[in-house]
Amino acid sequence: MASIRLAVPETANQGDVIEIKALIQHEMESGFRRGSRGEAIPRDIITTFECTYNGKQIFSAEFYPAIAANPILTFHTIATENGTLVFTWRDQNGQIWSDEAAIEVT
Amino acid sequence: MKMDKSITLNRRSLLLSAGGAIAITSSPILAMADEADLERARRDLFGDLPIREGRVTVKLPPIAENGYSVPLSVTVDSPMSADDYVQRVAIFSPRNPLPNIAQFHFTPRAGKAFVSTRIRMSGTQSIQAVAEMSDGSLWSGSMQTLVTLAACVVL
Repeated sequence: MASIRLAVPETANQGDVIEIKALIQHEMESGFRRGSRGEAIPRDIITTFECTYNGKQIFSAEFYPAIAANPILTFHTIATENGTLVFTWRDQNGQIWSDEAAIEVT
Repeated sequence: MKMDKSITLNRRSLLLSAGGAIAITSSPILAMADEADLERARRDLFGDLPIREGRVTVKLPPIAENGYSVPLSVTVDSPMSADDYVQRVAIFSPRNPLPNIAQFHFTPRAGKAFVSTRIRMSGTQSIQAVAEMSDGSLWSGSMQTLVTLAACVVL
């Protein structure tokens, strides 16, 4: 349902600081909006994000309603070894979306 | 005939949304946060420790035409080594419905104390970032952005 787009370099030299971008398609309904008839639209947001590198957490985030729709994050990590980066988003109701990217370190 | 109908519909929906806008401005739900709320939110996250200004650079466009999605980036001056790194960065707003915007957690493996995302802003304001270092010290930085179309209606 929710589409995820990741930008992770496929290869890197060991010790390089690499840039990572992660975007997930989500309304991030703030809970402060009203519909055309004045009725309150209930809040529906992603609250946490986590990125792990071979199982170890390298970066995480907590979102509030002030994060724009389709939240995008740019951050960095040090390329240490061959492996997999796993990206996980969790919404306020506990629903989880996840995707991963492989990286080759030389 | 068909054309006429669609025009009437448009006008009606326009009027409806104008009514909605009035309802929004008079609704108590949308009470905005202020400096005191920001301070309270900051104390909730960081306690009463002193926060020094500096080492934190907040980047926002000087003018945001649309408060619905404003690019924000935060850089903290830190070597990001195993024993001297940024633990977390929290972003606060003095004018949105809620003072909290986001919180980011770093590890030394980040390599670089930088994060960027897109935020909602309900009006011209100065966005503040507070960074907690691995030694527990707190640093802050802020940047003011002029918002021409506030997200308080679109938010």
